[in-house]
Amino acid sequence: MLLEVENLNVYYGAIHALQGISFHVAEGEIVTLIGANGAGKSTTLRTISGLLRSRGGSIRFRDQEIGTVTPEQIVRLGISQVPEGRKIFAPLTVQENLEMGAYTRRDPSEIQATMQRVFASFPRLKERMNQLGGTLSGGEQQMLAMGRGLMSRPSLLLLDEPSMGLSPILTEEIFRIIREINSQGTSILLVEQNALMALSVAHRAYVLETGNIVVHGTAREVSENPQVKNAYLGIAS
Amino acid sequence: MQQANPSQPTRVIARHPGAHLAWIGKGFLLLLAVLAIIVLVRSFFDNPQLFIQIVISGLQLGFVYALIALGYTMVYGIVRLINFAHGDVFMVGAFVSYFAVSYFNLHLWPTVVFPGIPVGVAVVIGSITVILLSMIVCAMMAAVIERVAYRPLRTAPRITALITAIGVSFFLEYFGALNFVFTARFIPYQRPFSVVTWYIKDGIHLVVAGQAAPIGSITFSNIAIIIMVASILMQVALQFLVRRTKTGKAMRATAFDKQTAQLMGINADQVISITFAIGAALAGMGGVLYAIAYPSINTLMGILPGLKAFVAAVLGGIGSIPGAFVGALIMGQAESLTAGYISTPMRDAIAFSILIIVLLVRPTGIFGEPEGEKA
Repeated sequence: MLLEVENLNVYYGAIHALQGISFHVAEGEIVTLIGANGAGKSTTLRTISGLLRSRGGSIRFRDQEIGTVTPEQIVRLGISQVPEGRKIFAPLTVQENLEMGAYTRRDPSEIQATMQRVFASFPRLKERMNQLGGTLSGGEQQMLAMGRGLMSRPSLLLLDEPSMGLSPILTEEIFRIIREINSQGTSILLVEQNALMALSVAHRAYVLETGNIVVHGTAREVSENPQVKNAYLGIAS
Repeated sequence: MQQANPSQPTRVIARHPGAHLAWIGKGFLLLLAVLAIIVLVRSFFDNPQLFIQIVISGLQLGFVYALIALGYTMVYGIVRLINFAHGDVFMVGAFVSYFAVSYFNLHLWPTVVFPGIPVGVAVVIGSITVILLSMIVCAMMAAVIERVAYRPLRTAPRITALITAIGVSFFLEYFGALNFVFTARFIPYQRPFSVVTWYIKDGIHLVVAGQAAPIGSITFSNIAIIIMVASILMQVALQFLVRRTKTGKAMRATAFDKQTAQLMGINADQVISITFAIGAALAGMGGVLYAIAYPSINTLMGILPGLKAFVAAVLGGIGSIPGAFVGALIMGQAESLTAGYISTPMRDAIAFSILIIVLLVRPTGIFGEPEGEKA
C-alpha cells in the first residue's frame, strides 16, 4: 500500500479537527476526499505532509511510519503537496519556482528533463518562464503550483482544492491534466469542494464531515449514494 | 439615550483627524531638504577641496554601515526580526581581529611559514586571514545565538523575539566588559597593516610619514580604498548568492513563505541559520575594517554603528538588500556632512532624525514596498 492512514486524530488547540479517520491510497490511484468547508480536508493533507502533527493514529507511506518525520524529509520520501491557494513564491520567477520544487534533487540534467516534461503538460509556463510568479493569472498560478509539485518527481501528489477560484473551462483543463499526470504513474490524493468534478476523475472517494469519514467507496458508488447526491452533488433523491 | 451596540459597530468614515497636519509636516520637511541642498551646493563652490574631503570620509563610513546594514535587512527579510544584537556581533568581529593580531600575530603568518615571501604579498594575505577569521567566528556565534535565543521563539509574538534581541545585545556588551573577557576599557587597536596616505594636488602623491599634506589638497588613505573595495565586493557576492545559487533562492522562498518552502523540501531552520551566519560574517568584516579605520575598540563600540546601520536599513527599505546598501551610503554622507559643516556631536542627532523622518513620511523606505496580504 502506498499510503495508509489509520485512526488519525488532529487537534487545533481544543478543537478536535480530525476524529480518527482511516483511509488509504493504492499505487496508481486517484483518491478524492470531498466535503464541505471546515470538514477537515486540508487538515488531513497538511498532516500527511508534516506541517501539522497528529495526536494519535498512524500515517504509513510504503509501510514506513511518517507521523513524526519533518516536512522536508517527507518530500524526499516522495510525497509532494500542492497547497490550497497555490502559494506561489511571488517574488521568484516561474523558472525559479520550478527549481524550488526540485530542491531535494541534485542532478541538474535530470531536473532539466523533469522541467521539460512539466512544460509539455503546461505550455503556458514555458512562455512565462522568466516572469515573476506573482504576475501570473489565477489559472497560470495553479498550473505553476502543480508543475512545482511535480518537480520533485513524487510518487504521491497531494492536491488541495486545485479548482478553487477558477473558471469552469480552466477547471476542466486542470482536471484533464490531473488525469494525465495520473496516467503517467503518479498516484494522487485530491481534496475538493467541487465534488462533481472530483468524482468524475477519481477511482475511489471518501466523504468527510466534521472530522469523520461518513461515506466511502468507489467513485461510482459514492456518487450514487443518496446522501451524497443530496448534500454534495445538488441532486434531490 | 443611545446605547452602544457591540454587535453593530459604527463605521468611522471621517478622514484621519491629523491628515492636514501631515501635509504641513511634509511641506516643512521639503523646505528643510531644499535648504540643506542650497547650503551644500554653496559649500561646494566655497571650498571644493574640503567638500570632497568630507564626502570621502562619508563614503568610508557609509561602506562600513553597508556591511552591517545588510545583516539587519537579510535577517528581517527572513524572520521579521530586528536583530538588535547585530551591532554587538560587529564589536565581537573587531575584538577577534584584535586578539588575532596583538596576541597571536596571525597577520604575520605568511612570513613565518614562507620566509622568502615578498613583504607586500605577506601583508595582504595576513590581513585577509585576520578578516576571514573574524567573519568565521562571528558567523558561528550568530548561528549559536539564533539557535539558543531566537529559534525557540519562532512562533511567539514578534515583540517577544525583539525584546530577546535587546537582551542578547546587552548580554554581549556587558559580558564582553568583564575583566576576564574584553574588559570595559578602550583598547588601542593594532592594525594588521600600516596606513598609507596619498594627497591629490597636481596629480597623486604619497604623504611622507611624519609630514602633513600640503594645504588645499585632498587626502585619502589605503584604508578608505580597502573599505570601499571590500564592501562593494561583498555586495556583489551577496547579490550573486541570493539571485543565482540554490541556497539563495531557498532564502528568498523561505522569506516569502516559510511553510510552502518546507513543502518544497527546504529545511527552513537551516536556511534561517545560514542567513544569520552570512549577515554576521559581513558585520564581522565591518567590525575589523571599522577598527582599522578608527583604531580604539571597546565593548560598547557596536551600539552606535549598529543603530545607524539599522537606520540605513530602514531608510533603504528593510528587507531589501540594495536598499540597505543605498541607505548606508546616504547615512554615511549625512553624518560626515553634518560633522564637517555643522558640528561633530550633531551627527548622531541627524542620523536619528533621519529615522524619525523616514518613519513619518515613508515607513517602507526607498526600495521597500508596502506589505501586501502576506505579513
